[in-house]
Amino acid sequence: MPEILEALIDPASFVCPTPIGVLDRIVLGHGSGGRLSANLLRDVFLPVFSNPVLDRLDDQAVLDIGGAQLAFTTDSFVVKPLFFPGGDIGSLAVHGTVNDLAMGGATPLYMSAAFIIEEGFPLETLGRVAFSMAEAANAAGVTIVTGDTKVVERGKGDGVFINTTGIGIMRPGVRLSASQARPGDRVLLSGSIGDHGTAIMASREGLEFETTIVSDSAPLHRLVADMLAASNNSVRCMRDPTRGGLSSSLNEIAEASGVSIEIEEKKILVHGEVRGACELLGLDPLYVANEGKLVAIVAPECADAVLEAMRRNVRGEEAAIIGTVQRGHAGLVTMRTAFGSSRIVDLLPGDQLPRIC
Amino acid sequence: MRYVDEYRDPQIAHALAGKVACMATRPWVLMEVCGGQTHTLMRYGIGDLLPKGIELVHGPGCPVCVTPLELIDQAIHIAGLPGVIFTSYGDMLRVPGSHCDLFQARARGADVRVVYSPMDALNIARENPAKKIVFFGVGFETTAPANAMAVWEARRQGIANFSMLVSHVLVPPAMRLILESPKNRVQGFIGPGHVCTIMGFREYQELADEFHVPIVVAGFEPVDLLEAISMLVAQLEEGRAEVENQYSRSVEYKGNIAAQRVMRDVFTVADRKWRGIGEIAQSGLVLRKEFAAHNAERVFQLESLFVEEPKECISALVLQGLKKPVDCPAFGKRCTPMSPLGAPMVSAEGACAAWYQYKRHA
Repeated sequence: MPEILEALIDPASFVCPTPIGVLDRIVLGHGSGGRLSANLLRDVFLPVFSNPVLDRLDDQAVLDIGGAQLAFTTDSFVVKPLFFPGGDIGSLAVHGTVNDLAMGGATPLYMSAAFIIEEGFPLETLGRVAFSMAEAANAAGVTIVTGDTKVVERGKGDGVFINTTGIGIMRPGVRLSASQARPGDRVLLSGSIGDHGTAIMASREGLEFETTIVSDSAPLHRLVADMLAASNNSVRCMRDPTRGGLSSSLNEIAEASGVSIEIEEKKILVHGEVRGACELLGLDPLYVANEGKLVAIVAPECADAVLEAMRRNVRGEEAAIIGTVQRGHAGLVTMRTAFGSSRIVDLLPGDQLPRIC
Repeated sequence: MRYVDEYRDPQIAHALAGKVACMATRPWVLMEVCGGQTHTLMRYGIGDLLPKGIELVHGPGCPVCVTPLELIDQAIHIAGLPGVIFTSYGDMLRVPGSHCDLFQARARGADVRVVYSPMDALNIARENPAKKIVFFGVGFETTAPANAMAVWEARRQGIANFSMLVSHVLVPPAMRLILESPKNRVQGFIGPGHVCTIMGFREYQELADEFHVPIVVAGFEPVDLLEAISMLVAQLEEGRAEVENQYSRSVEYKGNIAAQRVMRDVFTVADRKWRGIGEIAQSGLVLRKEFAAHNAERVFQLESLFVEEPKECISALVLQGLKKPVDCPAFGKRCTPMSPLGAPMVSAEGACAAWYQYKRHA
C-alpha cells in the first residue's frame, strides 16, 4: 500500500511552488467574461487607461458633451457559426450594441460597423450578413453612419469579425450604474436564461444533437423604455447577461456596489430543452450567454410596478423577481436552491469545460 | 424533464432526509466514491439537510484529479510536437502539469481540440491523414468502453494516424486501498453509478464481504444520493454489510456485457500511478500489445518521466477521505480554481473545486 503522505506535509512550509495561475500569454479563458477577463482588465488595461468615466466599468460610458448627455459603447463579435437558429453575426452585432446602450438607460441612435474579413470569404455570405445587420438596425431604429473594412490573409481570421460602436442619448435624470445596488433592492430578470449559448453550442460542428433551441438575440431598448417609464426613478442598474451569463452580471453588480445578492433557483426560468442540452453538455445555465435578456436592480417599493411594465412588453413576458440585494459579504452572490439549501454562485475561473462523464 | 425532475423533487428529498434523521442513532461516516456525486452533494447542499452525525467524505472518483502529473506533462509534450492534433475531453485542458496546462500549450501554438467523444477524434484523424491525431484516454470504467471502441475502430478501418494516450483507472482497487488503510474512517460507500452501469456490481460484493462494509450503488441526482444515504444508514444501524442497488434504472448486476467485452479486447489490467496517492496494484488499464500501433506512448517513444508532485498539496488525503478540502491551509488562499496547486481544485468534480465553488463561506 502506498505511503500516506501526511507525515511529509508541514503546513508551516506551505508555499506555492508552481504559480501556474500566473499566465504569461492570452488563453481562451481570458475571453470568457469570468474571472480571467476581469483580471485582464485589472492587470493590463485599467492601470494605463484609468479615468473616472472608464473606472465605472459599466457596459457604456456616459459623456457630457456640450450639455448633452451621451452614452457611448463598443463591442466586437466573433461568433461561430456565423448563422445560427434565431440570428446571425450581423443581427447579433446590432442587438449587442443597442443593448449595451440601453442598459445605461440611453436611447440608441447611431452605430458604426467595422468588418475584418478573411481572404477567400464568399461575397454572397458577406452580403447576407450585411443585409441582416441593416434589417436589425432598421427594426431597432438605429442608423449605421460610419464603417470600415479590413481584409486579412487566409488563415488569419475566421470568416468575418465585426466591431461596432454605438451612440445614444441619455434620458434626462436617469443615471443607472452597477455601483448603485442597495440592501433591500429587488433583482428582476426579463425571461428565461441560457437560450443563446445553447443554441450556438448545439449548432457547432462536432456536436451533433438535434434541438429546436433558438437564440434569444433581440434589442431590449423598448423594454428598457417601458421599465423606466413605470419606475419613478427607482431602477438602480441594468445589465444584459451575455458571455459569462447571469452569474457574471450579478457578481459584477455585487462587487461594484459592495453588497451581496441572493437569488432563488425556483424563480429562474430555464426552458426544458435548454435544461436538457445543459445537462447533456455538463453546463450550468447560470453561466451560459444570453443576447436578449436583462437583469435589473430595482428599489423594493417600485419592483412590482416595473415587473408589470416588463410583462406587458413582448421581450419581458416571462419576467420575474428572482432575488434581493443584501447587506454584508460584499461581492458575494448566493442562490437558495430548490432544496432550501444555499450555495455560492461564483464567477467562473475560465470557460465552462464540458466534463468527462 | 422526465427522469430528472422527479429526482430533484425537494419534497421527496426532505422526506428522505427526515427518514435518515429518524433512523440514525449514532454518527456514521459515508464516502461517495464518484466525483459527479460530490458535485451534486455540494451543488444542492445535501449535507445541510442531513442530521449532524452523518458525515460525508469525498472519494477518489474524479478522473481528472487522479491522472498523474507525468501523464499531463507527456500530453503537453505530445501536443507541442509538429504535425500533432491533440484531442481531449474539455476538463483535462486546465489540469496543471509541472509547468503549464494544455490551454497554455494551445496559446503557445499547439493544436489542442476539445472533443465530446473519442469517435470525434477518430473522425478528425480520417479528415487529416497528414497529421497525427492523439486522444487523451482518461477516466474510470465509465469512459473505457468508448475509448476502447475508438482504438478498435482505428485498427479495423486502418486509421494509422490515430493513437491514444491512455490513463484509465479502476474504482474497486482504490476502494480497497482506502479500506486497507489503518486510518480508514469510512463505514459505508455510495457506489459509483456510472461505473457500475458498465461493470455491474459483482466486484463490489467482494469488497462488502471482505471488509464488512455496506455499499449502495447510486445515481447522481439529489434524490438518488439521499435515498442511497438512507439505505446505507439502515444497513449500518441494522449491522448489515450488503451491496444494494439504488440506481436500478441504469445499473444491472452483470453490467453492460458488450461494453465489458470491447474493454477486455482492447485493454488489459495493469499497475497504475494515481495522482496524489501513488501506485496502486492492478488499478489501471493499458492498451494490449495488439494495439501498440495506436498507443501514443509507443508512437511518440515517450521515456517514462518521473515528476515530483508539489509536497504542499494534500490531495492524497482528500482523495482518500482522510481530510476535507477546508482542512488544507492553502485552500481558498494559495490554492483556488484560478491557480490550483493540485488536481482536485481543477475539475468541477474535484472535491476541492466543488467546496470552493459552493461552500467556501460556510
